[in-house]
Amino acid sequence: MSTVTRTGTPRAVVTGLGITAPNGLDTEAYWDAVRVGKSGIGRITRFDPSQYPARLAGEVPGFTASEHLPSRLMAQTDHMTRLALVATDWALADAGVVPADLPAYSMGVVTASSSGGFEFGQGELQKLWAEGSQYVSAYQSFAWFYAVNSGQISIRNGMKGPSGVVVSDQAGGLDALAQARRQIRKGTSLVVSGSVDASICPWGWVAQLAGGRLATGDDPDSAYVPFDAAAAGHVPGEGGAILIMEDEAAARERGATVYGHIAGYGSTFDPAPGSGRPPGLRKAIELALTDAGLDAADIDVVFADAAAVPELDRAEAEALNAVFGPRGVPVTAPKTMTGRLYSGAAPLDVATAFLAMREGLVPATVNVEPDPAHQLDLITGQPRVLPVRNALVLARGHGGFNSAAVASAL
Amino acid sequence: MDNNQTFTLESLKRILREGAGADESVDFDGDILDADFEELGYESLAILETCGRIEREYGITLDDSVVSDVRTPRRMVEVVNEHLGQTAPA
Repeated sequence: MSTVTRTGTPRAVVTGLGITAPNGLDTEAYWDAVRVGKSGIGRITRFDPSQYPARLAGEVPGFTASEHLPSRLMAQTDHMTRLALVATDWALADAGVVPADLPAYSMGVVTASSSGGFEFGQGELQKLWAEGSQYVSAYQSFAWFYAVNSGQISIRNGMKGPSGVVVSDQAGGLDALAQARRQIRKGTSLVVSGSVDASICPWGWVAQLAGGRLATGDDPDSAYVPFDAAAAGHVPGEGGAILIMEDEAAARERGATVYGHIAGYGSTFDPAPGSGRPPGLRKAIELALTDAGLDAADIDVVFADAAAVPELDRAEAEALNAVFGPRGVPVTAPKTMTGRLYSGAAPLDVATAFLAMREGLVPATVNVEPDPAHQLDLITGQPRVLPVRNALVLARGHGGFNSAAVASAL
Repeated sequence: MDNNQTFTLESLKRILREGAGADESVDFDGDILDADFEELGYESLAILETCGRIEREYGITLDDSVVSDVRTPRRMVEVVNEHLGQTAPA
């Protein structure tokens, strides 16, 4: 089998998945839940939400970080970093990679982040204002940074190759995979990528409320309903997926099992409001298809961004219909079972796409009665038995980020 | 302030654990007085955090150079006790 694309560049394959999701802690628990439509959305338990206008979230269940991480790391990490470190451990194990056995400079880390370590930061800022600067942890110096997950993953696993973080809200989850693919094409044999986000704490919550897009209902089964006429904002969630990406030749040399590869990627930025120019999502999709060397007809399923804001749902449906034709491709949004995970959402969708390829089954969009005006073939109710070779994953970020990626079987 | 308070190795171990955790591969019940903090799994940030906690708990001010210059638990215990002696009322 060829190990390069038609344009002669090395392929970036995915060999390991690590999932921490609101409806399943680890890949098998998540897939068991998502394939039967089990949601992880519920009333917030990480703090008392009763005084806030939005009170639902997707929280990762049953995660006791100290069971997985040494106390040296517990003292210096936010919740999102703990989830990311554990997801990385699982992804490396899934890939059969022992980092200590590989050259340090052949491994990099590229994650995304939307808010950094808000819960840790909140605690230290409270100490600053209530008790004084001498009470602020020295670890505040990095524990709340956007880049902290990449840094901690790099340190814990001895990975000294090209590393970084991308910050573009939800779109960042795909932008990170694209950056990881660039590094692999430039010669790094393995990159830990994907993203895990979590900011379900009062400070993070207030910041999200200010965006004006949170669903305010109390019923977990009707709060987040993208593409439904009743769509009225989203429920946030925490978690995401870490993916082990490798140069295909390197992966084959060590006999790795391969889920598939990141075949295409495109990103655009929306024009300024009032410019009269169309939003950039359609162009991002077209760029990703071109990059993958595929036609619209080659795409078997789309994992939608699914903002659940009527105007944004309409824009996404219009972009899909422009590329694929009305009801021209099956569309799904398993994130209706997790809430929107910000930078963690799209890596989880890419992971879900690979799991769907493995089983030939596409998870459904739950709780949604599709608005016929969108003209989408939305997979609702039951998962759909569907052979998947190429899946398109979409992610948009607040402020105009549009990203699209194609995950393909080999 | 209690002018009889002294700072012991046990005090240091407790504060290290509270502020920075403890490397599970190190035997903290063994003879660690003269071990380098790096060998015990503590980088400079952990020592910075530990010094901050000692200052808060004991009401003393350690010189910034302590973080870089004090390399072992024995020396840290000495330095803190020197400060306690200086700041304790006559």
